[in-house]
Amino acid sequence: MSTSVQQRARSFIEAADDELTIFDRSKAGRRAFVPPALDVPERPLDELIPAELRRPEPARLPEVSEPEIVRHYNRLSKRNFDLDTGFYPLGSCTMKHNPKLHERVAALPGHARLHPLQRPEAAQGALELMWRLQYALGEISGLPHVSLQPSAGSHGELAGVLLTRAYHEDRGEHRTKILTPDTAHGTNPATVTMAGYELVKIGTDAYGNVDVEDLRAKATEDVACLMLTNPSTLGLFEPQIEEIARIVHSVGATLYYDGANLNAIMGICRPGDMGFDIVHFNLHKSFTQPHGGGGPGAGPIAVSNRIEPFLPRPQVVRRADTGVREGTDSYELDYDRPKSIGRLRGFQGNYGVFVRSYAYICSLGASGLREVSEVAVLNANYLLARLREEGVLEHLPVAYERLCMHEFVLSGAPMKRELGIRTLDLAKRLLDHGVHPPTVYFPLLVEEALLIEPTETETRETLDRFAALIAEILREAAEDPEIARGAPYATPVRRLDEAGAARRPVVRQEL
Amino acid sequence: MSRYTAVTDDDLREMLATIGVGSVDELFADVPSALRLEGPLALEEGLSEQEVYGELQRLANRNVSAEDEITFLGAGMYDSYVPALVDAIITRSEFLTPYTPYQPEVSQGGLQAMFEYQTAISELTGLPVSNASVYEGPSAVAAAGYVAKLHNGAKRFVVSGGVHPHAIETLITLARGWEMDVEVIDLVGGVTDLSGVEFGEDVSAVVLQQPNFLGAVERLDPLVQTAHDAGALVICNADPISLGLLQAPGAQGVDIVVGEGQTLGNRLDFGGPSFGFFAVTDELVRRLPGRIAGQTHDLDGRLGYVLTLQTREQHIRREKATSNICTAQALNALAGIVYLSWLGRRGLVELAELITQRTAYARERLDALTGVALSHKQPVVREFPIRIFGDVDRVIAHCLANGINPGYRISDNELLVAITERRTRADIDRLVDTIEEALR
Repeated sequence: MSTSVQQRARSFIEAADDELTIFDRSKAGRRAFVPPALDVPERPLDELIPAELRRPEPARLPEVSEPEIVRHYNRLSKRNFDLDTGFYPLGSCTMKHNPKLHERVAALPGHARLHPLQRPEAAQGALELMWRLQYALGEISGLPHVSLQPSAGSHGELAGVLLTRAYHEDRGEHRTKILTPDTAHGTNPATVTMAGYELVKIGTDAYGNVDVEDLRAKATEDVACLMLTNPSTLGLFEPQIEEIARIVHSVGATLYYDGANLNAIMGICRPGDMGFDIVHFNLHKSFTQPHGGGGPGAGPIAVSNRIEPFLPRPQVVRRADTGVREGTDSYELDYDRPKSIGRLRGFQGNYGVFVRSYAYICSLGASGLREVSEVAVLNANYLLARLREEGVLEHLPVAYERLCMHEFVLSGAPMKRELGIRTLDLAKRLLDHGVHPPTVYFPLLVEEALLIEPTETETRETLDRFAALIAEILREAAEDPEIARGAPYATPVRRLDEAGAARRPVVRQEL
Repeated sequence: MSRYTAVTDDDLREMLATIGVGSVDELFADVPSALRLEGPLALEEGLSEQEVYGELQRLANRNVSAEDEITFLGAGMYDSYVPALVDAIITRSEFLTPYTPYQPEVSQGGLQAMFEYQTAISELTGLPVSNASVYEGPSAVAAAGYVAKLHNGAKRFVVSGGVHPHAIETLITLARGWEMDVEVIDLVGGVTDLSGVEFGEDVSAVVLQQPNFLGAVERLDPLVQTAHDAGALVICNADPISLGLLQAPGAQGVDIVVGEGQTLGNRLDFGGPSFGFFAVTDELVRRLPGRIAGQTHDLDGRLGYVLTLQTREQHIRREKATSNICTAQALNALAGIVYLSWLGRRGLVELAELITQRTAYARERLDALTGVALSHKQPVVREFPIRIFGDVDRVIAHCLANGINPGYRISDNELLVAITERRTRADIDRLVDTIEEALR
């Protein structure tokens, strides 16, 4: 069976030169680029840049024609699975539809060809857009002061921890520890170390919530911050969040909100109201920036009044009634922030991402954003219920038996015992059916975990098909586990030797 | 039903029944009632697609872009030409919409493109190992500082005053968390001079830029020698187009080469998204931040690609990771490798030479003006500062009134003038004539 599936699948894209790189296609003398004419008097290059400062030989870039480049990368693209083609329930990543309008508006020359050092009077549209996005994110989070500068969620986390440090130092306090739950995204503990703090882990109770007693015991005066995701990476809302905030604040620490799961609560409740001091947003998750195969993203942060003085420089500010052009307000970059932690990167952040996210917020508005979260949570609970109806949960029980938010975690431990296939095998078998697997082996505290996030943009029919598909794969495994263990078959390559790749790294082509 | 959801009234009823609850509100039972918002968020209501397009166009029209004026702004990002094939390839759904390639069997396209990108960056920088991208230029310099800290644990960075000010500021921001000092060394005659620096074992890394912020090409060899003699690493922030012409920093002994990738096929976008490139010596491989694609084979022996050396990364190593970076700039790096393929081996050199020739022409003509002098006379590739004897703001205002943005004002009497392949001789002549008028 496997051989025929394999052959059928490969015949579609297979060709003799399937595995060539762009460098393999290079042939001396070929070219795509024709330089513009040299329209100034030519000077001997040696007069301009001494020979000893120049390369003896050009960098060995490929020599290829334009048609070859286009064909090469189009062919490569067909070896990718993508969100525009199929269901992508990758938990914690919020793989929701990326509206096509956004690419069009981001490409408008007034946005796309705007130089980052353009003087503010000539960049009023960009600064207004950033200010409006800041306002909207402040309103959504319930924390009024926003910096758009961080480039991704992890960058926002780093900003948040540095803000915490600056806040405490300003008060003459030296704190050394940061708390994170054992369910945290890997970026949280990595950020803690990178910002020079010691990590202390907080346990999870039997219901999947933060172990409040453990927190109480570990929340000491040398703790700077608790970094928390709510809903958690288990897809569960912390019902005791108000008590958690009280404990953290009572020792003078800040409460940091990892916004990776914000898609569950927009317009329902707000981190600021829960007592969080600092929030990061992943504009590439809740606010539709396409993931691009690993970026770009953007990780703006919103903070409370007490943290505001420390925000990165520069800040976009509105000056009312100064009469610039058609508007009555003007927008500026404020560098005069003496307590600022400083810059986190060049220029003003990933503006092209801001354009897309602002367009998204304009499209949905207040009630649309709330509906996003309602449907995200509805879809997740419906999918969980359908998996239950299909009998899937007998082998893949839900990690915590309660209503979930926008995502939920199943454990593949019984499946492994009873059917002899691992979560990894199930994931690989899904690939043969044109579905991207859920996040696997995360959160770490659930054995053989599958973290499933359908998002609000999927239809009920897609969720029904997915539930039926999982059931079918389990039935198949009950009959012959070898099929899943050997999967995938219908993909451009089969399972890859990752251990070998790490042992003998080949990370560039020898030319 | 909002714009991008699909739940009909019938769906809703049946889905709630399947779940076993009476309303959507019940799904949020874990949210304490005191925290539930009573009314809607204080945001406008949603708009139709064409209204949103109108709003974004209104904002675009309030900007003066490089489409609207002849711009000589640079200082880290440049109005370079992005060929059409880059747009065509990076807007394909298959590249635009997947996540980071966690499932390599269905991500071979993106992974192979990363591998090709790493190969090209390795060639440009003269170092054996490149990662698959970091956020952008200045934060790449700071990330390189973190690699140095992890490598030798020393407590001080010595930074050339020719490094981009945003990179210096970013390094200072992060170094506070590492309890490290950042010592910035003034340029002498437009280039880095380390002779006055006290080197001891406490220097973790020397940070340089090629060409430096004032456009000058640095003689890296003696600087690298001085740093290495003191046991420090050398980090160089490099302009990738200039590297088409200049000696590869890696070939001159630099340990970590990073840089801003915007000019490699990415648009200005008011500062981002672009990408940062990051290449290191073999010795530093296990401390690299971010994703790295590696070659391997599948079960049937077919060549394939995976994310590799992941034991450096946050999702595996957590608090012991070498960086917290997760999402980086894969799509922008893809634009980078497509662009470099388009330029090709000879094209990159030709482009760099064209820019160098036009820059030399602009520099010579401006130098000849009464009331203008060159701030330094070092060799340059694409950018140089001029000193204006007179009211620099009046010069700028006169240029702007004539549709010319004359460059970046770096001090009360200096402008940094950048030339890209889009600035023709006619554009340069207009700049020179307009500045001359202003000074008359």
